[in-house]
Amino acid sequence: MAVVSTPPTLSRALPAMDNAEVLRIRNDFPVLDQLVNGRPLVYLDSGATSQNPLSVIEAEQEFYEQRNAAVHRGAHHLAVEATEVFEDARQTVADFIGAQYEEIVWTSNATEGLNLISYALSNASLWAAQGRGDARLRDLALGPGDEIVVTEMEHHANLIPWQELAYRTGARLRHIPIDDSGSLRMDQAAEIVGERTRLLAFTHASNVLGTINPVSHLVALAHRVGALVVLDACQSAPHLSLDVKQLDVDFAVFSGHKMLGPTGIGVLYGKQELLDVLPPYQTGGSMITTVTMERAEYLPSPQRFEAGTQKISQAVALAAAVNYLTETGIDRVHRWESELGQRMVAGLEGIDGVRVLGPAAGMDRIGLAAFDVAGVHAHDVGQFLDARGIAVRVGHHCAQPLHRRLGLTATTRASAYLYNTTDDVDEFLDAVSGVRAYFRA
Amino acid sequence: MSLDQLYQQIILDHSKARHGSGLSETAAPDGASTGQSHQLNPVCGDEVTLRVAVDHGTVAQLAWDGAGCSISMASASVLSEMAEGMSVEELRSVIGNFREVLRSRGKVHADPEVLGDAAAFEGVARYAARVKCAMISWVAAEDALNQAA
Repeated sequence: MAVVSTPPTLSRALPAMDNAEVLRIRNDFPVLDQLVNGRPLVYLDSGATSQNPLSVIEAEQEFYEQRNAAVHRGAHHLAVEATEVFEDARQTVADFIGAQYEEIVWTSNATEGLNLISYALSNASLWAAQGRGDARLRDLALGPGDEIVVTEMEHHANLIPWQELAYRTGARLRHIPIDDSGSLRMDQAAEIVGERTRLLAFTHASNVLGTINPVSHLVALAHRVGALVVLDACQSAPHLSLDVKQLDVDFAVFSGHKMLGPTGIGVLYGKQELLDVLPPYQTGGSMITTVTMERAEYLPSPQRFEAGTQKISQAVALAAAVNYLTETGIDRVHRWESELGQRMVAGLEGIDGVRVLGPAAGMDRIGLAAFDVAGVHAHDVGQFLDARGIAVRVGHHCAQPLHRRLGLTATTRASAYLYNTTDDVDEFLDAVSGVRAYFRA
Repeated sequence: MSLDQLYQQIILDHSKARHGSGLSETAAPDGASTGQSHQLNPVCGDEVTLRVAVDHGTVAQLAWDGAGCSISMASASVLSEMAEGMSVEELRSVIGNFREVLRSRGKVHADPEVLGDAAAFEGVARYAARVKCAMISWVAAEDALNQAA
């Protein structure tokens, strides 16, 4: 297994991030400057939702103060300006992940992106059966005998839509198991992803284990048998350099609110040749060409998948978030967070009765760590930390099957971002070391 | 509010003592009518299976099995200790009072005369995310009583 690798860097000229830079960065995040239960807030729940820099908050405010209008309709000045900034935002996000402009579809969040793919594919099956649509649709149709493959470490959002797609189409859902350290059983993956596999959906980085999955290896397995690849990039797009063309995934999804952006906006990337033939998921205004009382023709992507009035201010604010990450340097962010993640795991492993999930200290992981404290329920751990102003996530983190596999029902997760210092991690570790004594475990 | 006000000694004690825990190894008293309920909080995984045995209108036994946070386990323990010997009507009334206090966001104070040791959970009412933890076994008891009656 790989030891900690240094992410490739495009910004060699810039020095690595350090605490001094992080303290300057924190000035851009007003919410971080507050007391919680009488203690300075230590925010270690960015894996659930990240905080917003002023530039993001101001971008949304500026849109409403100066440009608010419906996009893609109306000839008036504001409508033109709103459309421009909305579509500029799409280009900004496309550039950020190495995609083409037409390949970026706005969604409400990553969950909606995954459901969109799932419903577009079952609609493809319906259309193909009726001889409707592009001939290429027949290659995308699913039915009995076909298989959809996921992994045992998936977030519910990248599991349940595929369970339901299997139900709707008669396809079979299978999964690649994990080993005790939380790595995918790649030996088994090679057997599970086979001739019947039509789609392989997996997470780039686990929201619980922190594991970074071997994307290119998995993509090769899927493409070898002509299966589509769906990448859940929720925990990767915000934290490391993501190039969808280089990874050659067919679809990728992520959420704005986990990458310094607002809630209510997410991104679906899809290869253009797929988005252009897939049937829509939702139908209505803004996504059609000709409508009669009997039927409608649909626009190509991305409008094909953007029915109704869009998340305009959120898209504009998300572009501001992407710019913030780009200006800081996503590779520098990745390296800093890897350091924080390693510090967390090394510290947690040194606390009596604490079991860290996923890769051990010294192994590759993103800047988060989920753990179990012997004899103390995660809810109590979270409450204890909150009393010291430390915000973490507790529960199953929307990954019940993964927790069951590891013999747990709930864990505590600390997740860092570019605004966390090593002091934040040390405060957190110091607090965790007091948990068992308090609860007499 | 401090952590110690939430996690009162009595709660920490009961979370370890777990009075009435061990449902599967405990037989219901002969002749009593029983009701059983399973409750799960999907948010945190707190889980309680609880059985009440009622004999001539009196709670003869309240046994449970469960897994969860200290608040949920302590509240099941306190409930079990209190309930045994109460009339069904008395227990229903205490459950109603407990719910009122827990859902009041701190506006309704617990009366130790009515709630006994369960009054220690008053502080939980200020933590919206924890109210379900404290309530889970009481909801199970209410459901089980309906079946036993």
